[in-house]
Amino acid sequence: MSQEQHVFLEVKDLRTRFHTPEGTIYAVNGVSFSLNEGETLAVVGESGCGKSVTMMSILRLIAMPPGKIVSGEVTYRDRKLLELSEDAMEHIRGKEIAMIFQDPMTSLNPVLTIGRQLTETLRTHTPMTPEQCRERAITLLDWVGIPDATKRLYDYPHQFSGGMRQRVMIAMALACTPSLLIADEPTTALDVTIQAQIIELAKRLKQDVGMAMIWITHDLGVVAGMADRVIVMYAGFIVEEADVDDLYDNPLHPYTIALLQALPRADRRREKSLKSIQGAPPNLLAEPVGCPFAPRCEFVQDRCVRENPLLQIVEGKHKAACWVDVKTGGLR
Amino acid sequence: MTRYIVRRLLQAIPLLLVISLILFVLMQNATDPLATMGGRTPTRPEDRARLTRQLGLDKPVYIQYLYWLIGNDWTKVDLDGDGTAETQGKRQGVLRGDFGTSIVQTGRPVTTVIFERLPNTLILMLTAEFVIVLGALLVGIFSALRQYSLFDNILTGILFIGYSMPIFFVALSTMYIFSINFQRWGLPHLPTVGMFDPKIGKTTGQIILHMILPVFSIAFISFAAYSRYIRSTMLEVLGQDYIRTARSKGLPKREITFIHALKNASLPIVTIVGLDLPLLLGGAVVTERIFAWPGMGRLFIDGIDRGDTPVVMGILMLIAVSVVIFQIITDIVYAWLDPRIRFD
Amino acid sequence: MAQISPTQNGDLRRCCFGFAHLVFVRRRVLFTEKYSNFTNTKERLQPPSAAHPFGTDTVGRDILARTIYGGQISIAIGITAAFVEVMIGILIGALAGYFGGRIDSILMRFTEAMLNMPQLLLLIVMSKFFSGQLPNINILGRTLSGSVVVIVFIIGLTSWPYLARIVRAEFLSIKEREFILAARATGTPSWEIIFKHILPNSIAPIVVSATLGVAGAISLEAYVSFLGMGVRAPTATWGNMLENAYRYIESAYWLWLFPGLLIVLITISINFLGDGLRDALDPRSRTV
Repeated sequence: MSQEQHVFLEVKDLRTRFHTPEGTIYAVNGVSFSLNEGETLAVVGESGCGKSVTMMSILRLIAMPPGKIVSGEVTYRDRKLLELSEDAMEHIRGKEIAMIFQDPMTSLNPVLTIGRQLTETLRTHTPMTPEQCRERAITLLDWVGIPDATKRLYDYPHQFSGGMRQRVMIAMALACTPSLLIADEPTTALDVTIQAQIIELAKRLKQDVGMAMIWITHDLGVVAGMADRVIVMYAGFIVEEADVDDLYDNPLHPYTIALLQALPRADRRREKSLKSIQGAPPNLLAEPVGCPFAPRCEFVQDRCVRENPLLQIVEGKHKAACWVDVKTGGLR
Repeated sequence: MTRYIVRRLLQAIPLLLVISLILFVLMQNATDPLATMGGRTPTRPEDRARLTRQLGLDKPVYIQYLYWLIGNDWTKVDLDGDGTAETQGKRQGVLRGDFGTSIVQTGRPVTTVIFERLPNTLILMLTAEFVIVLGALLVGIFSALRQYSLFDNILTGILFIGYSMPIFFVALSTMYIFSINFQRWGLPHLPTVGMFDPKIGKTTGQIILHMILPVFSIAFISFAAYSRYIRSTMLEVLGQDYIRTARSKGLPKREITFIHALKNASLPIVTIVGLDLPLLLGGAVVTERIFAWPGMGRLFIDGIDRGDTPVVMGILMLIAVSVVIFQIITDIVYAWLDPRIRFD
Repeated sequence: MAQISPTQNGDLRRCCFGFAHLVFVRRRVLFTEKYSNFTNTKERLQPPSAAHPFGTDTVGRDILARTIYGGQISIAIGITAAFVEVMIGILIGALAGYFGGRIDSILMRFTEAMLNMPQLLLLIVMSKFFSGQLPNINILGRTLSGSVVVIVFIIGLTSWPYLARIVRAEFLSIKEREFILAARATGTPSWEIIFKHILPNSIAPIVVSATLGVAGAISLEAYVSFLGMGVRAPTATWGNMLENAYRYIESAYWLWLFPGLLIVLITISINFLGDGLRDALDPRSRTV
C-alpha cells in the first residue's frame, strides 16, 4: 500500500439535504474522501448516518425534490459528476459506476424477467446484438453462481430466493464491467449463511476482476475481511478514516471505539462483554452545533459542545474528527 | 386457466340468482305494467283482469319469478279466469334465453328490443372509455413525472374540480356553449340531440358529429377520476426500489417510465378499467337522456316509466352478467401482466 | 392523533378552506320555504333581473329563493343519507370483519351483489319501488314531500358497500392486534370489543368516507331527481329544479345554470374537506 496509487474518484465537501414537511434534514454535511483504482473502501455507521445518501448523491440517484445536493464536487476520471447533464450521467450509471442495493426482494422489477433486466443494461450501454447480450447474461449468471443459468433467464424475480436475487443484482451490476461497484448494505437483508456467500462473491470480484468497490455496511465484522480502507460516518459527517488494520488496532474516535465494543469477538474475555452505545441516534433536523456525537460520548469535553471538530490527519493516513485524545482522555 | 374460469363462472351463478331475485321483487312492486299498455291505458275492469292474467301478474311473486327464470311451458296457466288452468304456457324462461316480450312494444321479444339499442350505447361508451383511458394515462403519467411542478399543481386542481362535477352539468354547459351559442354567433356548431340529422340520414360523419358532446360529457368526469388514480399509482410505483435500480443501471428515462414503471402501475389500472367498463353500460342514463341518444340508458328509463318490467329486467341482467364476465377477463389480464399470479 | 404535527398543517389548511367554502355556500341557503314555493304564472320564465336575480321558472317561481331553499333540502338529504350509509356500512363491515367465517362470506357475497349493479340504476328501481303516494310530512316547521325520506333511505341503502369493505378491512387488521387479544382474554363481551375497542381505532377512514359520502349523496339525489324519479313537488332540491330544465336549454339557461353551479360548488367543497381530512387523519391511504 505504500506506493502512490491512482486516485480515480474524489468527493469534496458533499452536502445533501432533504426538504420535508417536518423541516430540513441535514443528511450529508460536508463529506470528502477519495478512492484509488482497485481499492475496496468500507463505509460504516448506524442507519441514518448518511452513508447511503452520500453514495446515491455521487450517482445523483437522490429523489429531487425532496432531496437536494447543496454543494460539493464529485470528480470521476476528470469528469465532474454533479455538473454533468442527465443524459451524460446515464452513460456513467451502470456502465462506469454500478450500484447494488440493500433489499434484493424489492430491488428487482417484479414484472420483468431476469433475462430482460440483465440484458437491458448491455443493450443500453454497449453495441452488442441481442444474441451477444443473452450469451453475456448467461456467463454473468454462471459467474455469480446461479445454476442452470440458460433456463433461469426466463424466470421472474419471485421465483428466486433472497440470496439468489442478490446474486442476480450483482450480475446486473457487473454486466458492463464497471470500474466501480457501490454496494449499499448488500447483505443486511439476508440470512447469515447467505451473507457469507455474498461476501465470498465480493472477495472473488476483487481478486479476479480487480474492481474498485465501496461497501456500505453497519457491520464492522463484515468489513475486517475484505476492505482496504474504512470510513466511519456519524450524523452525515465522516468522523474517522483509516486503513482497515489501523482502525481495528488503534481507533481514534470515541464513536469508532463504541462501535468496536458493540461488536461480538471470539478473542474477547467474557466480562468485557458487549457494550451498547448510550443515548439516541442524532437528530438530523437541525444543523449541529459542536460535535454531533458529543451527547453520547464518554470522553466529552466543554469544547466538544461548542465546536465541531474537523476531520484531520492524526498519524500517517489515519484521520479523525475529535478534539479528544482517546488514549489520555484530554484535549489533543 | 380453464379450470379457474369454470370455477369463477360457477361461483357467479348464485350471485346472479340473488341479484335477479331482488331486482325482480323490486320491479314487481315498483311499476304498474297495465298503466301504459302500448300507449292505451285499459280502463274497463274486465280488460284489466284479462291482461293481468295474460301477463301472469295474478300469480304470487315467487311463481312469477319462477316463470321468469325457468319458463312456464311445463305447466298450464289459467287465461280466462274460470279457475282451471287449461292453456299450455309458452314462456321458456331466462335460463333458456327467453327474456319474455316487451310490454310497451307489444309482443316484441325483449332480446330484440335490447339488442336494437345495445350497439348505440356501445359505440358511445367504448369511444368514451377509449378517450378516458388514453387521456388519463397521458395526463396521469406526465403529471406524476413532474410532481409538485406548476403544471402538476394546476392540473391537480382542474382534475379535482372535474372529479366533483355532475355529468348533467357538464352536458348542459357544453351543449349550451358549443351548440346553442355557437349557432347564435354564427360559428360552426355541434348538433344538440339525437344520433343523426334526419334530413341527412344515418351516415358515419353524422354519427361522429353527434357523438362529440355526449362522449365529452361521459369522458370528462371519469377522465378526472382516472387521471388522479393513475397519477397516484404512478407516483407510488416511481418511489419503489426497483425504479431506483433501473436508474442506477443508467437506463434512459423513457424506458424507466414506460416499461419499468408503467408495467407495474398498469396492474391496478387494469382492475379499475375492468370493473368500470360494464358499469358504463348503464351509466349513460343521464347523458342519453339529455342528448336524446337512442341507447340502452334511455330504453331503461322508458321501461321504468312505463312499467316494461321484462325489458328493464333484461337490461339489468345483461349488466350483471357482463360485470361477472369482465371480472373474469380482468383477472386473466391481471395474471398475464403479473407473473406472480398463477391460477394453478 | 393527539398532536398536530407540522406535516398536517398544510392538510389542515386545505381542510379549513373546504370548510369555509361550505359555510359560504351554506349561508346563501338560509331562506324561507313559503317564498320559494310562491307561484306567479304571470312571470313565467323571466330572465334574471333585479326583482328575480336568478330569473323565474316555468310556473313563475323565483329561482333564487328556490335555489336557497332547495339547497337546505339537498344538503340535509346529503348528510342524512350519508348517515344512513355509514350506519349500514359500519354494521355490515364490522360484523363481517369481526366474526369472519360464514357470516363474513355471506355478508361479503351480498356486498358484491350490490356492487354488481350500477348504483344509479339501482336507485332508479328502488325509487320507483318506494314511490307510492307518500303523504307530505312536517319536520321543524317545514313541509317536505314524503319522497325526501325515500331518497335519503335509498341513497343510504345503495351506497354502503364501499364503506362496508373499508370497515371490514380495518376490523380484520385491528382485531389481530395485541390490545384486542388482551381485551378478549379478559372476557370482554364481543359488542364491547367491536364498539369500544375496534371502532374508535378505525374511525379515520370512516370519517373520510362519510364526508365524501355527503358529496356523493348530494350528486346522486341530483341525478335521480334530474331524471324525474327523485324528490317530488312541492319540495325543491337542486336536483329536481334541474328536472326538465334541459328542455329549455335554448330559451332559459338560468333554469339549470344556477342550481347546477351550486351542486358543483358544494361537491367541490365537500370533496375538498374530505380530501384534506384524509391527508390529515389517514396518511396511509392517499390514493383516490
